[in-house]
Amino acid sequence: MGNPIISMKNLSKAYHGEKAVDNVNLEIDKGEFFGLLGPNGAGKSTVIKMLTTIIHPTEGTATIHGHDIIEERDAVRSCIGVVFQDSVLDRKLTGRENLDFHARLYGLRGDMRRERIEEVLELVELKDKADVLVERYSGGMQRRLAIARGLMHHPGVLFLDEPTLGLDAQSRRHIWKYVKELNLREDITIVLTTHYMEEADQLCERVAIIDRGRIVALDTPENLKGLIGADTIVMHIQSGGEILLQSLSFFPWIASSEVSNGKILLRVDDAQSRIPQVVIEACMNRAIVSHVGIIEPTLEDVFLKLTGRTLHECEDSGN
Amino acid sequence: MRFYLYEAYSLWRRDMLSFSRQKDRLIGYSFAPLFLLAFIGLGFKNQIYFPEMKNIDYLSFLTPGMVAMTLLTASNSTSFLMLWDREMGFLKEIMVTPSSRIGIILGRTASGVTVAIFQSFIILFGGIVMGSRFHRPEGMLISLIFMALIASAFIGLGLSLASFKKETYGFSLVLNFILYPFLFLSGALYPVDRLPSLVAPLSYYNPLTYGIDGLRYSLLGVSSFSPALDLGVMAASCLAMLGLGTYLFEKGEWD
Ligand SMILES: Nc1ncnc2c1ncn2[C@@H]1O[C@H](COP(=O)(O)OP(=O)(O)O)[C@@H](O)[C@H]1O
Ligand SMILES: [Mg+2]
Repeated sequence: MGNPIISMKNLSKAYHGEKAVDNVNLEIDKGEFFGLLGPNGAGKSTVIKMLTTIIHPTEGTATIHGHDIIEERDAVRSCIGVVFQDSVLDRKLTGRENLDFHARLYGLRGDMRRERIEEVLELVELKDKADVLVERYSGGMQRRLAIARGLMHHPGVLFLDEPTLGLDAQSRRHIWKYVKELNLREDITIVLTTHYMEEADQLCERVAIIDRGRIVALDTPENLKGLIGADTIVMHIQSGGEILLQSLSFFPWIASSEVSNGKILLRVDDAQSRIPQVVIEACMNRAIVSHVGIIEPTLEDVFLKLTGRTLHECEDSGN
Repeated sequence: MRFYLYEAYSLWRRDMLSFSRQKDRLIGYSFAPLFLLAFIGLGFKNQIYFPEMKNIDYLSFLTPGMVAMTLLTASNSTSFLMLWDREMGFLKEIMVTPSSRIGIILGRTASGVTVAIFQSFIILFGGIVMGSRFHRPEGMLISLIFMALIASAFIGLGLSLASFKKETYGFSLVLNFILYPFLFLSGALYPVDRLPSLVAPLSYYNPLTYGIDGLRYSLLGVSSFSPALDLGVMAASCLAMLGLGTYLFEKGEWD
């Protein structure tokens, strides 16, 4: 802590007078796996594009490795790798030719370049497809090649803008595995944006929740879910629900309870250790229980609590 | 210096690889000037002579003009390609590398020039087949210098304009609207002093006038100005245009 590799100060971007990114102040530590979670149109890509020097902030600035993203663009570009949301490869070139082209632009020469290309190909398991034209690659393979390309010059920071968007479950898990490895083994700071709450939850050490260009929360996934507090025990009841609910109301550790179409929902802390008591109570009241489950709070709930909307609602009404 | 030449080379190399996989594009652009040369040049071959041009036949006179037209077409196709890369999103993948902007401009220009010269030679050989008479074989080599300068200057202009646009849609029209006056006010079709007196003075401010004059000097052995002036004006325009392109690429956004 206290050693930020990226620090954003009042970072803002307006399009036609509307703020796509509104006064963002964040510090990201070296080696951290950092997540930016928010619905479509929240401003995630705009943040990434500013940090990667592709667009200019309208206000504020940021530094990466101590280099200002406006004043020292070349220095910033040298120490970052990026996989844009709509990352693009040259479809008329093979995978290896794509990497070769980019390696040259990063100034890698001769044997160093050839060795590095083999290394990154190996990392994303594309060695056997390296000499196939990219237009023949599947979506998942293209995304992996784009990640390999972003890693070519040993960047200290890797930006991944919705790296698993539009991929099937298997490709998604593959990508999760590579980026986790990169973060752990090669000690790369990773900044990942996503609107999938599981992705942020599983991968990131800290998550900033962004809505309408503003950061509305910033913490570890656990602490964020702690904002919601309790778990929920869900019991599917065939009969005797009313009586059961009455007797459950005497337990002080149940924060709240409700019945909705054949289900009893109980908000409790540490649900796992409470289930036995709840089930015993059900037996004593002769209620017939067909199924008991636990719902833990998700980042989705956190988002709902903070903004009054779900990640999906925004998607439907968004652009 | 060495570094941005290497970056330029890398970009040129990628473009050549892509081109080699879509060869039809290379030849396609030479068709219009080649047809014009055939229909106008052959048609007026024995009707039109310009006394100040040592009575060179019109077909031979027109050939350098059509080469110039091809070179302008290359300006259009090169800036179109840059916009295409932008529209596809590939340009931002290039712009996010620390590669110098001048290297990127020079590389793109170099691949445009390569294609332009290739296409110009199609015109030259087409001309020879139809009966254009060039005064000496070495002239072709000297003309290469002028071809490269004309193509680079107008590619520089095209890229500068392209830096303001985000998509290819409508761009060719706009660029042609700008390029054609250069062509018509350049002596490509007839010596500039025969232009209507209202616009004739403009042609002296048109770098292409000097470029075409240089081409005529190298290919036909006749010219209105001194070849040193032709070379000087073209070289200066080239530097100015590529400089402007680099500046605009340095400060633009690449979303
Ligand atoms: N080039 C642009 N011109 C105008 N508005 C834009 C542009 N890019 C993004 N926006 C707007 O900025 C907001 C944030 O977009 P974006 O950063 O892409 O969101 P996210 O990546 O979180 O989905 C959206 O409302 C979007 O419409
Ligand atoms: Mg986005």
